[in-house]
Amino acid sequence: MTDIVQYDVCIIGGGLVGCSAALHLTRAGQSVVLVERDSVGAHASGVNFGGVRRHGRNALELPLSLRSLDIWRNMAALVGNDCEFMPCGHLKVARNEAEMSVLEQWRGFGAQHGIDVELHNGAKLRQRFPWLSAQIYGASFCPGDGHANPRLAAPAFALRARAEGAVIIEGDGADVIEDAQGGFEVTLMSGKRLRASVLVNAAGAWGRTIAARYGDDAPVNAVAPQMFVSEPVPYFIDAVLGMVCGGLYLRQIPRGNVIFGGGRGTLSPDQRSSWPSDRVFAETVGLAGEIIPQLRNLAIIRSWTGVEGNCDDGLPVVGSSPRRQGLYHAFGFSGHGFQMAPAVGAVLSELITRGATPTDISALSPQRFADAKSGLVMAESEI
Amino acid sequence: MTDGDMTSADTPRIAIIGAGPAGIRAAETLVEAGLRVTLIDEAALPGGQIYRQPPPTLRRPAKALYGFEAGKAEALHSSFARLRSAIDYRPETLVWGARDNRLLLSSRAGNTEIAFDKLILATGAMDRIAPVAGWTQPGVYSLGGAQVVLKHQACLIGKRPIFAGTGPLLYLIAWQYLRAGSRPAAVLDTGSFAGQLRALPRLARQPRTLLKGLYFTAALRAKGIPVLYSALPARIDARDDNLVLTYTRNGRSHEIAGDAVALGSGLKPETQLAEILGCAFDFHSPSRSYLPRCDRMGRSSLATTYIAGDTGGIRGADAAEAGGALAALAVLEDLGRSVPEVRKRQLLTHMRRAEIFRSGLELAFAYPAPAIAGLADDTVLCRCENVTIGDLRAAIPQWNITEMNRLKAITRCGMGRCQGRVCGSAAMEVLASETHAPIESVGRLRGQIPLKPVVGSNFETKAAS
Amino acid sequence: MYSPRFHRIAETDRPKIVLTVDGRPVDAADGDTLLTVLMRHDGWVRDSEFDGQRRAGFCAMGACQDCWLTLADGQRLRACTTVARTGMAIVRKPATHD
Repeated sequence: MTDIVQYDVCIIGGGLVGCSAALHLTRAGQSVVLVERDSVGAHASGVNFGGVRRHGRNALELPLSLRSLDIWRNMAALVGNDCEFMPCGHLKVARNEAEMSVLEQWRGFGAQHGIDVELHNGAKLRQRFPWLSAQIYGASFCPGDGHANPRLAAPAFALRARAEGAVIIEGDGADVIEDAQGGFEVTLMSGKRLRASVLVNAAGAWGRTIAARYGDDAPVNAVAPQMFVSEPVPYFIDAVLGMVCGGLYLRQIPRGNVIFGGGRGTLSPDQRSSWPSDRVFAETVGLAGEIIPQLRNLAIIRSWTGVEGNCDDGLPVVGSSPRRQGLYHAFGFSGHGFQMAPAVGAVLSELITRGATPTDISALSPQRFADAKSGLVMAESEI
Repeated sequence: MTDGDMTSADTPRIAIIGAGPAGIRAAETLVEAGLRVTLIDEAALPGGQIYRQPPPTLRRPAKALYGFEAGKAEALHSSFARLRSAIDYRPETLVWGARDNRLLLSSRAGNTEIAFDKLILATGAMDRIAPVAGWTQPGVYSLGGAQVVLKHQACLIGKRPIFAGTGPLLYLIAWQYLRAGSRPAAVLDTGSFAGQLRALPRLARQPRTLLKGLYFTAALRAKGIPVLYSALPARIDARDDNLVLTYTRNGRSHEIAGDAVALGSGLKPETQLAEILGCAFDFHSPSRSYLPRCDRMGRSSLATTYIAGDTGGIRGADAAEAGGALAALAVLEDLGRSVPEVRKRQLLTHMRRAEIFRSGLELAFAYPAPAIAGLADDTVLCRCENVTIGDLRAAIPQWNITEMNRLKAITRCGMGRCQGRVCGSAAMEVLASETHAPIESVGRLRGQIPLKPVVGSNFETKAAS
Repeated sequence: MYSPRFHRIAETDRPKIVLTVDGRPVDAADGDTLLTVLMRHDGWVRDSEFDGQRRAGFCAMGACQDCWLTLADGQRLRACTTVARTGMAIVRKPATHD
């Protein structure tokens, strides 16, 4: 009882969101403790595809996404490491006219937010991206988007936050969260206890349980996107690739490895872990070879999965709890949180220390599920 | 997918991975008990690494290929020949993944899967490597590799090769090269003569093996081949017509020139499949490595999976034959079949002796941990990703790394085509020494699928069929 | 100048096969692996992707994965575990991707 340490903010979850929040809150003068069951970036944040794109996003996410791109561009200055961010542009391919019209429609959404994309088809497409299969009907290219190394990002934020005064606890998860005078009391698996005025729920796929503890239900379920990496080959895929309606996303790093994903692996019954599916393996590797024929003969050297929180409406849950003062949620990023996470940390810091943020995240609020009338708004503009 | 619970006690599906001494003896024992087994092996012909058979166009007699072990090799090969029609034998087939009761297979014909109720892992071992600066250049092979080139291809890696490292294979293979017409430039053992003397009482449990070891050393010395103890390799450089190996001995630096180098510091089990299946591992202090947990019969922590031969720890070919048979008896017991108790006791006795001998080997030929801690920063540790020891030494404090998988995630060490098979042991030593932590606390690299690279186009065959 | 080579000690009376290495015909004996073919030809298998230095395999038993090479038709093969066949065309300097 005697050694309960009191902090301003306790962050549950050492993913990229939690680590970014830790850094931004520390810089805003808060005393911060971050609690991570495994090690920082061990789950979705560390094993995701590594896409850094605005392109094709739900328009409701774009303000956050745009702000985050600025952070990615200045990553080295912020955390002392560029996390291998490479703004090579993002290419979304369409296999037919109908898919092409989806890309044309998104160009309108993008333009409203100041994002200019180039639409290509026919000879022009093949000239610009000669590695694409001749089967591809057309594509939309978004300059300025790119990719980064997810294995570095969360640890880089955590190291920086720790260097600036945050307490980062790894290998010891939150076991019990209780109300305490003026805030929250968190008992860790080890029995260690912490108190904080503010609690940030950045627990990713497991965030729903914490939210539900305070009656904030959100339809976020665990999924396990599956990734692959090939042996290195000379660099030739000079854009991150995605497909309308998903199926395959792919990038090549200058070292030569081709990293791609598609489909979902298998979750363990307790949803704490996951493993690759061999069926997804066959389908996705086959699809990669169809879209980029030069990949057909490549040797795949590794496949993996990570557990992510997928929200039914395809949007993350970001904002203050409608029911519990001092509780903030940031989870359920539905497999595209890597790009936005740095800005989510900045926004959380603003919400907590100033009560408001200049970034429009109103559509992401946990309130949307508390308000029965709104129901589920399907994310029509997400392609 | 087939449900394991639906097993009929009469027709259990039994798979054995690896057609070396352990796998063949396991198959034989099960076939004798009236069961049908699937024997999967990456090689084109059975025998494993130790009793590996050359392609059919090479026809040297067994004596030339296997020396003192020719009798055992021929016995194993003829056992297999008798079994051949009674088993589902799948050569040139890679098990690239596994989950629950399914194995994912890849062969030239494409990819398939099979279901099993009982699985015996007899995946064997490979060289355990202590890296040396310059070891990635052509002309440098693993010790086992040098032997494969000789046995499987009737070739020498060099006419004046340098043999460096430690372990009984160092002397055996140097001697085999000598007999095959090569003149080894030197045999450099990282272990000390005193250490080998200390291990003598335990090694005496297998007097024949011990005597062979002494014979090889004596034969090499009789031909004037330098055999040196406590010689720690530091770097290999190509100079004029030679590879020059620089080593330190008693605090002084020396050079020796040859036309090839063979490196090996004992063997390490191929445990990736056990890992993927979810077998529990325990730290094994004498070998400074993690090994799959198993009882003396070879039962792993999983009810479906058994460990046989070197997969469970390096005990050598004779113990692998006994261990294969024992694992098969364990399968029979667990299927509720009767087992020959006398044979079981004999095998267990054999294994106990092998266990004492093994502890002697580990004492005599320890993995050269201190030498690794002393290697220069420019030494490549991870061949696949070209990661140097200096890269690790810089990243470990910078990123506050204390665990192997984080080391891999940050530095890419162990992330390449071989998934850390070659660099894993050395990377553990570097992490432990840089963090002043006990070796067991740094953990071990997690295995991932595919266990070895699989080519994308192989999946298309499956889709088409 | 040091140049590594495999030296044949026996089994020299096998049928001859012919393959090409970087476009040049190379003789081999039936039963040779691609590693043996290259190590008897000119002593290297591939360039490292990262430092451009030559590599020539290491474990020779399919474990270290350091000897993957490419045939002219794009096939990727492990040299140490692949037996050479007449007509195989090994390409060590692939045309740069355009």
